[in-house]
Amino acid sequence: MHPTSKTAEQAVEPSLGPVTSLEVTGPSGLGRKWAGVFLTPSALLIGVFLVFPAVWTLYLGLTNFSLVGFAAAHPTFEGLTNYKNALTDPEFGNSLLITLIYVFGSAVVGQVVLGFAMAWRFKDWRSPLRRVVEALAIIAWIVPGSVVAFLWISYLQGNIGPLIEHGTLDVILHISTNWFLQFPLLSLIIFNIWRGSAFSMMLFNGALQSVPPSYLETAKISGASELQQLRDVVLPRIKGHVLTDVLLISLWTFNDFTPYLITAGGPNGQTETLPVFVYKVAFQQGDLGYASAISLIMLVINSVIAVVYLRMLRARSQ
Amino acid sequence: MSTPAVPVHELRFRGVLATFAGRAGFYAFAALVAAFFALPMAWLVLAPFEAHPTFVANLVQPTLHNFPVVFKNPDALASLRNSLVLSLGTMALVVLCASLAAYALSRVKLPGRDAVLYILLLFSSVVTGSAAMVPIFVLVYDLHLINSLEGVILVLAGGTLPASIFILKDFMDSVPTSYEESARVFGAGPFRILKDVVAPIVRPGLVVIAVWTIVTVWGSFLTPFILLDKPSLLPASVEIYSYYDVGGSAKLPLIAAFALVYTLPVVVIYLVVQHRYGFRFFGGIKG
Repeated sequence: MHPTSKTAEQAVEPSLGPVTSLEVTGPSGLGRKWAGVFLTPSALLIGVFLVFPAVWTLYLGLTNFSLVGFAAAHPTFEGLTNYKNALTDPEFGNSLLITLIYVFGSAVVGQVVLGFAMAWRFKDWRSPLRRVVEALAIIAWIVPGSVVAFLWISYLQGNIGPLIEHGTLDVILHISTNWFLQFPLLSLIIFNIWRGSAFSMMLFNGALQSVPPSYLETAKISGASELQQLRDVVLPRIKGHVLTDVLLISLWTFNDFTPYLITAGGPNGQTETLPVFVYKVAFQQGDLGYASAISLIMLVINSVIAVVYLRMLRARSQ
Repeated sequence: MSTPAVPVHELRFRGVLATFAGRAGFYAFAALVAAFFALPMAWLVLAPFEAHPTFVANLVQPTLHNFPVVFKNPDALASLRNSLVLSLGTMALVVLCASLAAYALSRVKLPGRDAVLYILLLFSSVVTGSAAMVPIFVLVYDLHLINSLEGVILVLAGGTLPASIFILKDFMDSVPTSYEESARVFGAGPFRILKDVVAPIVRPGLVVIAVWTIVTVWGSFLTPFILLDKPSLLPASVEIYSYYDVGGSAKLPLIAAFALVYTLPVVVIYLVVQHRYGFRFFGGIKG
């Protein structure tokens, strides 16, 4: 919530008071009936194109529905076959493990640490240079994914084909490394730290403003080291922001499709995150039923992540 | 045993040295961060102006000849137009629906309102990503909307609406209801009040969700990728992957210049808005 909303709510709420008739019509005279009319278009769009597909995954995952052939027109009900297959499918297990490493390494650790380090270090930096550095991070965050893929191929891989050249980084460092072949997942993790740290940086820029400078001064004067200041003064005040940040970037990273554009899951499935795996099963192998079952497992894992963070968030506020 | 006394000037010298080391460390960190973010972008800035662009960023023979290649390519222009139609179409739908919904949610207390909104917000960031690509494909197929820009607009609008409503409700909550009360006294209906009284006040909020939607849709890849396969309908995000010659090697002069033309508008819009509205841009998801 931004600062103004709280004061507005405080100003509005008392006037509502316990008078029920006012509560139903609302202070602006917008009754429940009109509220229903106003909500309908959004409810329809969200219901049909967001909630329904997610629920439908549940059913599709129980069938042998396919992209082409007989089962495309006449899918049959298969029960839990797809889920049993997923449990014994080494490619799914591999993909799940890669996704978790990718999310933990690039989002939970990478983006949070770099985003926070930038916000913390640049906090009192009064120079136009700060704007430049922050703008670079924000541009990395805002460039369309299709272009980003070309950027990272040129940066780490270079040309592959008749005319082999190394990427820009190799040219700068005078080395010869095939990053995506030798360190595929690590390269992808570094890519995603580059891609997403701006969000954490902006979020923590805002959060650090809620730490009174006088507290930090006092801590500094009484000889607290930087780590002690962070642990005792800063962290307790911005824990909520940290949790919100980690939750959102974990979900975004988990479901990001850009890895497909950079490595297409290769080499040998070493960067095949779950979105890439689902895409391959659904649209290259045509097995929509199995892909739906994997999608549902993804939705469940995402929900578990969300519930865990929300629990921690609530525990903090109590 | 007493510690040997350190002369005062020596202490002062150490202090200066420590400050100097601190500043040097700070600038080293800043330079490192700047390089980390800037280096991968070198290709986007240099390759479009290179006479024979490769996948390595360099600028040996500067030229502007790659840009006419883009602007004379009818497919490239069509794809930029398609991206514009998708972005503006989704934006119009989202701004309209989100204003109505955010206003209703802000003014009328419905049970469980905040919880439902928060769950939808989290849900949308999950579902629109990739977890629902199969059911969305099947749904759009059954609705006979494969290969139609409208189908893509509807799906993207459904996915971006929760966040837009969330952000906009925050803006609407801060508008005092007294304006609406007086408008009501003069006989204005709910639509009229929203359009003529509330909307002008929350204009920054409307700009924020409009820009956010445009930027999101302009860059979106997966949804148009699975819902469109007719070459004339592809948006720029997908079109850029069709610039390969029959031998399978990338047409880099075209790709490099096209990438810059396609990227520049969103970066400019975004930086302008970020500059004007700052962190309010994330008013809704700040937590």
